[in-house]
This record gives sequence, structure tokens and C-alpha cells, in this order.
Amino acid sequence: MKLLFEKSVQGRGCDIFPDDCGFEQIDLGTFKRKQAPHLPEISESELSRHYSELAKRTYGVNNGFYPLGSCTMKYNPKVNEAMANLETFTQIHPLQPIESIQGCLEILSKASKYLCEITGMDAMTFQPAAGAHGEFTGLLLIKAYHDSRNDHLRNKIIIPDAAHGTNPATANMLGYQVITIPSNQNGGVDIEKLKAAVGDDTAGLMLTNPNTIGLFDENILEITEIIHQVGGLNYYDGANLNAIMGIVKPGDMGFDIIHLNLHKTFSTPHGGGGAGSGPCGCKEFLTSFLPKPIVINNDECFTLENPLQSVGKVKAFYGNFLVVVKALTYILTLGKEGVKEVSQNAVLNANYMMKQLADTYDIPYGNQTCMHEFVISLAKEKHDLGISAMDIAKSLLDHGIHPPTMYFPLIIHEALMIEPTETETKETLDEVIAIFKLVYQKIKSSPDKLHASPILTPIRRVDEVKAARQLHLRYNDWDKS
Amino acid sequence: MGSYIPTTKKEQLEMLKTIGYASFDELFSHIPQDVILKETLDLPSGLSEIEVQQTIKEIANKNKVYQHIFRGAGSYNHYIPSIVKSIASKEEFLTAYTPYQAEISQGILQSIFEFQTMISELTGMDVANASVYDGASAAAEAIGMCREKRRNKAYIASTIHPDVLDTIKTYAYANGIEIIIIDEVNGKVDIETLKSSVDKETACFYLQQPNFYGILEDASQISTIIHECGAKFIIGCHPISLGSIQSPRESGADIAVGEGQPLGIPISFGGPYLGFMATTNQMVRKLPGRIVGESVDIDGKRAFVLTLQAREQHIRREKASSNICSNQAYQALIASIYMATLGARGLEKVANQCLNKAHYLQKKLEELGFRLVYDAPFFNEFVTESTIRHKELFNRLEDLSILGGLPLDEHRILWCVTEQNSKASIDLLLQAITEVSK
Repeated sequence: MKLLFEKSVQGRGCDIFPDDCGFEQIDLGTFKRKQAPHLPEISESELSRHYSELAKRTYGVNNGFYPLGSCTMKYNPKVNEAMANLETFTQIHPLQPIESIQGCLEILSKASKYLCEITGMDAMTFQPAAGAHGEFTGLLLIKAYHDSRNDHLRNKIIIPDAAHGTNPATANMLGYQVITIPSNQNGGVDIEKLKAAVGDDTAGLMLTNPNTIGLFDENILEITEIIHQVGGLNYYDGANLNAIMGIVKPGDMGFDIIHLNLHKTFSTPHGGGGAGSGPCGCKEFLTSFLPKPIVINNDECFTLENPLQSVGKVKAFYGNFLVVVKALTYILTLGKEGVKEVSQNAVLNANYMMKQLADTYDIPYGNQTCMHEFVISLAKEKHDLGISAMDIAKSLLDHGIHPPTMYFPLIIHEALMIEPTETETKETLDEVIAIFKLVYQKIKSSPDKLHASPILTPIRRVDEVKAARQLHLRYNDWDKS
Repeated sequence: MGSYIPTTKKEQLEMLKTIGYASFDELFSHIPQDVILKETLDLPSGLSEIEVQQTIKEIANKNKVYQHIFRGAGSYNHYIPSIVKSIASKEEFLTAYTPYQAEISQGILQSIFEFQTMISELTGMDVANASVYDGASAAAEAIGMCREKRRNKAYIASTIHPDVLDTIKTYAYANGIEIIIIDEVNGKVDIETLKSSVDKETACFYLQQPNFYGILEDASQISTIIHECGAKFIIGCHPISLGSIQSPRESGADIAVGEGQPLGIPISFGGPYLGFMATTNQMVRKLPGRIVGESVDIDGKRAFVLTLQAREQHIRREKASSNICSNQAYQALIASIYMATLGARGLEKVANQCLNKAHYLQKKLEELGFRLVYDAPFFNEFVTESTIRHKELFNRLEDLSILGGLPLDEHRILWCVTEQNSKASIDLLLQAITEVSK
């Protein structure tokens, strides 16, 4: 398909602004731009069709089943969008007088209150723009806490080997040394190895529970206690919160800090890779370190205040505000009953799929009850028959299904991580179970077809090596257009 | 009461039974008793759609929407063409995940490739990434890109947006890079101080252009100073201004970053906005975040794909250049549609209108006793000083639904004018000030 630039014709364009508004023309002198940027010259009708064509080549939650593990691709309710599009939110300047932004502050205050209740935290900042940004903020709190106690020798963060890649990457951003703890035979944290790894140089632990295999670590209280015993703090990666709302609270499991992904658990859409929102919550003893400002709920009005020992700002203003509006709309819609039902059914749907695929696919740890997601392994098929997780994933594309997360977690070889979410019908689940089984049969009956898949998509498998070696990151052939 | 779970209670029970559980309690029976919640969450009961929208609207109505906005300072009220909203509302764009599966994500991948191209063009740089969180975090990430073993000092102009400075400092607290602020003289970076400060340990200098006061800094001269000591020059730019003022590349930047909000994204109480980052070919491997490249599929067809992933956290883990995954892809899409709608000519028109109208307001304000604090060329923001009491002034403006400039202290105000401010609205502001000054 042609790029916008290849459709560009000199002299075309959209008439949005008048040529002259009758003001005196200011001469910029030496500050004047010398070479105008090449931007498309395209009519409004062509522009409209261009993006319709791009939309056709994009697969959203509304297009079909999307079991992308750890990403919680649930349905995104339309009322959430409608509320975030209210002019009384979109037309508010972030630096308006405090009396004129009471509605925005109430949104942040309410969202904070409800999310704290769901997670067992005492305070929350909405400044982080995404999950990884929330992790960064969380570790800043850990660093600031130890620094405030003149405890400067804590330079290690403990992370299980099943963790999301963002955990070690975040620890590194703060200059921490990462200590990796292997998983035990049940897929949980190896307690003995954890005990051996901690000490007075432990700054904290980063943990996802349920972990990335989809298993709830039953030793959780012992794990968090081991960290507390040596003076470290426990950080909860909230990527998998969809499994536990109304069932358990991270705050009750010994966690001091959490981040959430509102674009996962709270159904604000992913937007093709953001904007998300990664609020970071903490226990009372850490609130004075939160990014500035925070919303204070006084009796008559809401105000913005800077916490005394604030770590500063992680972005301008107050975070991805409109995303918080969507999340709050969602929480208010579900209410106390609905929030729990989300997790119950997310877990039910995952187990329903897992149990029915267990006679076909190898599911390491499949003898346990999983939470909201589970992982299958194609290691044996890869070894014996040369069919990889990639082949299965790409074959699913031809059946109109978005593939599961591939090759993650790293501790399971040839992994496919499946998270159906609670917003799928039984019929859909039955249908995709049948498709997964059908694809599996092809491993023996027609392996060549699996290797060649997909064939029905707008393009087929991409030469990624070429993309990385012969970098072509922008259009440059202006002379040809 | 509202629920997006399609299965009925009866179906749920059947499904539970199918896999050997009698109830939900049994499904969760492996969760240790000492952590499992015994009570229902303390949340309100659920609402139907009609109730929830009433509730949210009631809260939203406690905000005040100003009819006339003369405040910028990092959030700019520009006109958003109808087609931008129309295209961006397509559900496919809104509800897709990060385009990991290239075969069914060509739409988003191509749109990011087009975004990278347009940001590169706008800034004059070689390459851009798929976006980061906002202009402030883009600045902080850019500084991280310049760090080298023997260069751990980042110099920052004091004339940048305070939130950007705060964000830079927070990232520096995390990663240990030393931050040194270069003071200002007459609203601009003190070039003499800069010259005598930078040395072989300098990693970079960060400048905002136009700066927080709206003033155009002498970027080209600064570029020479910075490059003479072998450091990198980062410019934080205002994307609309690039329609008519010198691009970061023309000013000698190694990295250009900025807040993309003015490109079709509503002011929205500060977010979601859009951070953009562009750099030279030499530094491309240091760019954080997602980058889309063009390649071919096995049939030789043009194909776009996420590339240079070896820099990223899911491959490199603790050795990654940044932890960023979700960025602001949807806002980048909006900015792309905006830039494509306007084209270079449209963008220049907007830039010139901002420039010309701001200068009109400044001259008229001068006549009313609002002295221009800094005698230097400016774009669409400027700082005035007057003896008029702010309380009275802003009370009067409030009555007329005018959001005046941002008060910097008791006497100084930072004004902003965009193409949205018609002559009538500027004259209304002036009329109100005249009344208060009497």
C-alpha cells in the first residue's frame, strides 16, 4: 500500500485556515526556517480513504478474539470514550485556577480512592503515563525511602526469572543491580534461593502475583516477609491485576507499592500502543515521597499539594487524565459486585480454555488451577517436528485470531501465553478451542502449511533481519513523489 | 450493576462444572486463606449506562470551560480540524495493542512509519521514534541518550518549562547523571556562563526553543559552543513553531524532542499528550522506545515491522536502553493526521498566525501599561509586567470567560496567543483590561 507521501501531489491540500487574518506580518529575520518540511499535500477525501485503508489493515479488540497474554485485551466500553470526550474535560487547561478544575480533581480523587480500595493501598499518583512509567515511579519511591533513612548501601533489586522484561529494565534505570531468583518446580519463587539472596543490600523485590505463568504464588506472605525482614520494600507489578480484584489485595499480601495498567485491567483501550496510564500506589509511610502534586480532598474543595519529600515529577502536569476518566467510568459502572465478577470470569475463562486444551497441548504447570492466563509450550513439537510457537501463532492468524503472546515468559521454551479475558462468550471460547486443536492437528498432517502461514493476511511473514540490518525508518524519496 | 461479561450466571456455572469446579469459591480455593478477602470491596454499587454518564457529567460540570484562552505554558489551545477527530475515532486504531503481529498490524505500523517521517521532516532530523509519554519525559530520555563513560554532566537552560526541568531532575536522581542549571540573562540563556562551564565531561546541553518565556534563544551560537567541547546539543521544540522558525537541525541539534500536544491533541487537563524524539543517523541506536522500519514479506511485498528491538526491555531486560513499552501511539496517530491535513503550507499559516496575533496583543498591552519584560524576539508567548492588581484583573476576565495569561508572580504574566484567538477575542481581552486599569 502506498504511503501518504507517495499519494502527495504538489498544490493539493485541505483548506483549514484563512490566508490572511489582517494582522501585521512579523519578520522572523535570522530565526526564519530555511527549508520547509516535506509534508504530504493531499486532499481531505484522499486522506480519509488513506486512513480507512490503514484501519482495514489493523486488528483491534472489536475485530475478534485477542488472547494476548499479560495484555488483558478485554472489550473497551463505548460509554468510557463518550465520557472522556466531554468538552468539560477535553477543553480544560492544566494550569487553570483551582476553583475552575474541581471536576478534574474530583475524578482523580475518586479514582484514587476506589483503586486504593481494590489494591489495599493508601495513596495513588496518576502521573505515570504507562505501566513501565509506573514501575519507574514505584522504584523511585523505594530509592527515596532508603535515601531518607540514610540507608545508601541498598543497591540490589530482587526479581524472579519469570518477570516481565520491564522489571529488570526499570531497576537498571535507577542504577540498581538486578538479582534474578529462579522459579521453583511449581512455577513460584524459590524460597530458599530468595532467602540466600537477600541481605542489608536489598532495596526491594519486584513481583507479579499471579506471575507470568498465570499461577498464584501461595507462599506470597512468606516471600514479602523475607524482604521486609531485611529492610527491603515489596513492589507489586499490577500487570496481572485482572486476576485478583475482589479476591485478594496486594496490600494484604505484604506489598508496599504497586503500579496498575488502566489500559489493561480497567478497559481503557490500548490505542495501538498508548496512551495508557500507569498509576502508582503506595502505603501510608511512603506517601510523602509521591510525585508532585497530589490531589488533597478538603471538606469544601479539592486542592493540589506537593508531598514534603516528593521524588519530583515523572512527566508534566498530572498524567494521562482522560484515561483516568475512562477507568473511573468503568469502575462506577461495575461497582463492588461487578469488579469481583470481572476477575472471577477472567479466571474461569482461562481455566476453561486451559483444561480443554490440556489433552492436546503441553501445558507446563497445567495440573494447577491457573489464574487469568496460562502458558502452553511447543518445545517438544519444535524439537521433534520442527514446528515452533511462531508457526502455531502465525497459523492462528489465518483463522482470524490474534495470536497469544509469543516466547514469553522466558522460563518456558516455545511459549504461547493465552489470556482470554472475561469479555468473551462461551461460544467464542469453544470456537477458538476447536481452532487451536485443528491447528495442532496440522503439525502432523500438514507441517508445510504451518511453516508457510499466514497466507490470508494483507502481508505474510516479514523479513525482520532485513528491517534491522538495512535500516529504513522513514520515507526519503521526495524526488519521486 | 453494569457488566461487560457476556456469559450468563447459568453458563458460568455450566462452565465451572465442565472443568470440575462446583463454584467460584472452589475455583479460588488454592488462594491461601490468610490473604483471601472475606468482605466485599468497599465500592459503590454498579450503575447503568444512563446513570453513570449522569454521574460523570455532574462531576465534569464542576469544571469551567473558558471561551477565550490566553494561557499556554506547555499546553496549547490550537484548532483541531474535523477530519482529525473523525479518522482517529476508528475503533481499530483505538482498540488494537502494540503491533507485535506485523501481518495484521500493517495499518498501525505504516501510520507510525509515516509519523516518524513527518517528525523527522518537521525537526529536520534523520530519524524519529514512535513517540514517548510527553515532552518532559522525552527531554529526560534524550539526556540519557547523551551519557557516556567520561561524560556524566548534563547542562540545562534555566529558561525551560519548570515541569520539564522537574522531570529531568527526577530521571537524573534515578540514573545518577549530574544536572547543572545555566542561569539566564534578560530571559535567555547566559551564553558567557555556558561557555565557561562546559568541558570534556559535558554530556549535553538542553535548550527549549522558544523558551518558557516564549523567547527565541540564540540556538545556532549555542550549538557551536556545545559542539566545540564534544558534547551533544538537545533542543526541546514547539512543533507548531517549526512551521516558520528555524528547525532544530538548522540550529545544530543532535537530538530534537518536544511536546506534540499542539498537533491536534486537545488540552485535556494535561494529558494524554505526546512526546516526540528525533535524532541523527549516528545516534539512532541510542533512541529509546518503539521504532518501525520498512522491510518486505516473504513474497517480496512492502511490509512494516517493529525493528531495532535488540535495544528494548523484552529482549535486553536489565541491559535495555529504557524500560518504555506503551508509548502514545494513538496520540502519534492524531498528530500524523493533523500534519497530513495541514501540510507544510497549513502549518506555516498556523505558525504565522500565532506569531502575528501574539505580537498584536503584545503591542496593545504595552499601550495599556503592560511592559514587555524581556526585549528579545518571541514566538507566540511573552511576559509582561505591570502594576495592575492581578486579583481585580483576573476577576474581570473570569466574568467574561477569558482565561488570561499565566501569572508568574504578583506583577508578571506569561501570555499566549494561538490561531484560535480571533481579533474579536483579543479585543475583548484588551477592552476588559482597559476597564480594570481605569
